Amino acid sequence: MATIYIDDKSYEVPTGKNLLEACLTLGKDLPYFCWHPAMGSIGACRQCAVKVYKDDNDTKGKLFMSCMEQVRDGMRISIADMEAKEFRAHVIGWLMTNHPHDCAVCDEGGACHLQDMTVMTGHNYRAYRFDKRTYINQYLGPFINHEMNRCIQCYRCVRYYKDYAGGKDLDVFAAHNHLYFGRHEDGVLESEFSGNLVEVCPTGVFTDKTLKQHYTRKWDLTMAPSVCHHCSLGCNISAGERYGTLRNITNRYNGEVNGYFLCDRGRFGYEHVNHVGRIRKPLVRAQLPEATDKYTALQAAAAAFRTGSVIGIGSPRASLESNFMLKTLVGDDNFHDGVSDNEHDLVCLALKILKEGAARTPSLWEVEQADAVFILGEDLLNTAPMLALAVRQSVRKQPSLEHISKANIPVWQDAAVRELMQDEMGPLFIATLHDTKFEEIATHTYHDSPDAIARLGFAVANFIQVDFPEVPGLNEDEIQLARQIADTLMAAKKPLLISGTHCGSERVLMATANIANALVAKEKEAGIVLTLPECNSMGLAMLGGHRLESAFGAILNGYADTVIILENDLYRRANEGMVTNFLKTAKNVIVLDHLHNATTEVAQILLAAGTFAEADGTLINNEGRAQRFFQVYPTGEDLQESWRWLGELGTLLHHDRISHWHGFDDVLQAMVKEMPEFKGIDAVAPGTDFRIAGQKIPRAPHRFSGRTAMLANINVNEPKPPVDPDAPLSYTMEGYRGQPPSSIIPFFWAPGWNSSQATNKYQQEVGGHLKGGDPGLRLIKPDTSKTAPFTQTVPQKFQPLEGHLYMLQLHHIFGSEELSMHSPPIVERAPEPYVLLNEEDAIQMKLQEGQSLSFTIEGQVYQLPVKISPIIRSGTAGMPAGLPGIPYAELPAWAILNRELKWKQQPQTTY
Amino acid sequence: MFSLLRSMWLTFLHVFHKRETIQYPEQKAILPTRWRGRIVLSRDPDGGERCVACNLCAAACPVDCIALQATEDPTGRRYPEFFRINFSRCIFCGFCEDACPTYAIQLIPDFEMGEYNRQNLVYEKKDLLINGQGKYHGYNYYKVAGLAIGGKGKGEAENEAPPVDIRSLIP
Repeated sequence: MATIYIDDKSYEVPTGKNLLEACLTLGKDLPYFCWHPAMGSIGACRQCAVKVYKDDNDTKGKLFMSCMEQVRDGMRISIADMEAKEFRAHVIGWLMTNHPHDCAVCDEGGACHLQDMTVMTGHNYRAYRFDKRTYINQYLGPFINHEMNRCIQCYRCVRYYKDYAGGKDLDVFAAHNHLYFGRHEDGVLESEFSGNLVEVCPTGVFTDKTLKQHYTRKWDLTMAPSVCHHCSLGCNISAGERYGTLRNITNRYNGEVNGYFLCDRGRFGYEHVNHVGRIRKPLVRAQLPEATDKYTALQAAAAAFRTGSVIGIGSPRASLESNFMLKTLVGDDNFHDGVSDNEHDLVCLALKILKEGAARTPSLWEVEQADAVFILGEDLLNTAPMLALAVRQSVRKQPSLEHISKANIPVWQDAAVRELMQDEMGPLFIATLHDTKFEEIATHTYHDSPDAIARLGFAVANFIQVDFPEVPGLNEDEIQLARQIADTLMAAKKPLLISGTHCGSERVLMATANIANALVAKEKEAGIVLTLPECNSMGLAMLGGHRLESAFGAILNGYADTVIILENDLYRRANEGMVTNFLKTAKNVIVLDHLHNATTEVAQILLAAGTFAEADGTLINNEGRAQRFFQVYPTGEDLQESWRWLGELGTLLHHDRISHWHGFDDVLQAMVKEMPEFKGIDAVAPGTDFRIAGQKIPRAPHRFSGRTAMLANINVNEPKPPVDPDAPLSYTMEGYRGQPPSSIIPFFWAPGWNSSQATNKYQQEVGGHLKGGDPGLRLIKPDTSKTAPFTQTVPQKFQPLEGHLYMLQLHHIFGSEELSMHSPPIVERAPEPYVLLNEEDAIQMKLQEGQSLSFTIEGQVYQLPVKISPIIRSGTAGMPAGLPGIPYAELPAWAILNRELKWKQQPQTTY
Repeated sequence: MFSLLRSMWLTFLHVFHKRETIQYPEQKAILPTRWRGRIVLSRDPDGGERCVACNLCAAACPVDCIALQATEDPTGRRYPEFFRINFSRCIFCGFCEDACPTYAIQLIPDFEMGEYNRQNLVYEKKDLLINGQGKYHGYNYYKVAGLAIGGKGKGEAENEAPPVDIRSLIP
């Protein structure tokens, strides 16, 4: 700690930081543009000037850019000094000379850092009366809107896009006073993290194109703290609503999880909430009209329950509460977890590894601190994008840790650090099925079949610790690579292993566990990250359910005749024929879901469930972190949370436990009581009766407009404001105005800070943890004593089969996830169906790119256009996972090539 | 006694004064142009809707009686999809007019808005939009704003330089 004097008042601040960070941490208002807590300082905008005095006797002082000046003990500075103030006002005056007069039609207005800083410096009137510079905009794809006139040349966009996120196609062009930030030509921004430009840009150059479709100012949104449902990482988001539709998703800072950024799937994949295919009323198919009210539907469901023996099928995309309620309602023996059998095994294994393995699973923030990374079988950019971004940071940071201490440069000196590092990257080894876009930063990449990846992993474990199982039959290159990886991991302080369920191989997971255990046995502080298929896969696995196969068996063998399916499209979980047979055999099919799909089509009773924006619940992410998400806006009684439907059904059936639960808190309490592994989950967020100064936390900002007019077209008499029975948040602007506890921050705002930069005011230290600790509770602890090999069985070498292809699933950030594929901009970015073949296999089969290949997997016939790759292993092939239009098959599996559709030879012309 | 007679005399003299009372509603009051009465949405000199749905009037409204939704035409010109004022809540403070950056929303000298049914005091865009410029003539927001819309490209607004040639390195 150091003592500094700001305007003659002494403050204790941590050393090693720059003055700007120190001032902001102390809650001072100091304007800035080019500095960003995640990206460091470059001192380009000259906005954060302060007076620095040499010593006590110095009265004149000197202007310094606070972001470029390190904190020193006994330092005297002044923010309020007149000269410094005037300097800052002048700088913003110059920045504004070319800024257009279009705040009224700018999407950033009301959440604009430039507006805030202009007001903060007191530059109230424009002095410049001459011609303004203009630019031609570019088309940047379905996510981002470009309006170059507004640019103030702070360089944040390119620093984020190129340096931080590793993008290639956004850059700065031209020179002098006509710099241009954009692509070299019109086109879609390629990065999976392009949406963050919206929040990184201090003004409205890059804005959210999906928000533009239904534009609403930040002050008019009703926002709630939520958790992203589009992958297993559980990034924290703020979801905003107006006039009954979800308008946008913004980042909600969580120092441990997503920090300042989100991936494009999370940010733009929210349109399923507003989709025309939503189920908004319960349906009972036995009557006309089918659409009915809540009570008729509940009575019908209760009648079906009373007459039949019931099994329940849960879902990894439903909240923990909904799954728990279903499990309680149907009984432990009748609860099935609604994922394919392979996925069930993989997720259970992953949970077992995290619980019984020796290595700890780090959070995303800790991933960034790792100094050697080995990825086995995961295409992170497509399966857990934010983890990929975290790995990129670890690789970027690692060399700097070593050099910086020698070079005497502070870590936040971004330009200097980059100059020193050049292209040097930390160690990253990737073993995957196919190209991952990560190759350029990897030390070494290895592409092969899952078994080969597992064998490499086992070999690495063996090289680290000799008593771990040996791998016979490796070739020279593989041995060398395994040794190199083992040596690098051993040389690192915090080695990190990343694997997951997406390559569909248990052996890869076991190999990862073996390496982790071997590293811990060598007393390394090793971390292991396992990505999972869906947002609540971990919660569902911890809850414990039977396999889907046994649910099919129960119905087909007559053990049960009624099935209740929770937010799950079974046609995405098992073979089409099997599911159809199952649903036909069942006497009663009750489905709770929010979107019409193939499963809801055959439901006799369909209950309209709320999406993440219309429900409260808890999700458990891949590190075992329980996180609470809150309802964003109220719904009518016909559309409600799945757990509430099931609770009401239980009450109607006089269920001995459920009928005693009244509301969300009771469900949580019951879960904690009945399942010790969820201990503490009721304290993840404050309970329903939590109040500050007797008041709830408002979801709407205090400037929220139109309250007495928005519903006046229906009835001029205003209705009573809706009450939220499940959360300490109010749906209106009424409530406590100060900072709420970190787990229930609906939006970031502070006086004078309307943009997302207000996050500074909510952190203990700028760029660090939120005040009161980052939200979420980790439920899984490793068993550090178990350093024995996780398994002794090493898989055999992969052997191609004549007339067959070993079909693997390839994931796509846009396309593989079910819910986000209801958003038009995501659909625009999704790939067309294809089958990926090895170059040599294609030549052998006489196939060319674009021609179709026919094959059968477990009786399901496929005919897909061929894509050719030199990378994928010969004898294996890849198919996009989860893409609409491709029938489900449990992969990886052997595909039988359909010989009768053999490629016809072109007739040769002879002269 | 004298005071009484004096008062009566003075009152009597008013018979010959100019009349202040007017025979409303047969005779209409002449109101100053700045009178804050019924709210209208005006059009720019070219006949386009002036309102760009920036939401500032709604934010400024102390009784929150303005609700609107922004939308865009295919050329990028923004306008309100709906614009609703609940006059049963309006206090005619004129903050909306002050906040409007485009002179679109204006309070005009008309107060005859009485209704028997309160629901009829909810005015939609069709009730608010007039076919004229209202009090402020000649102003066209899109002529000064940097945004390109149909019929006005980049660099064609007032005080705007032609678009930058980004391939040039000449200062």
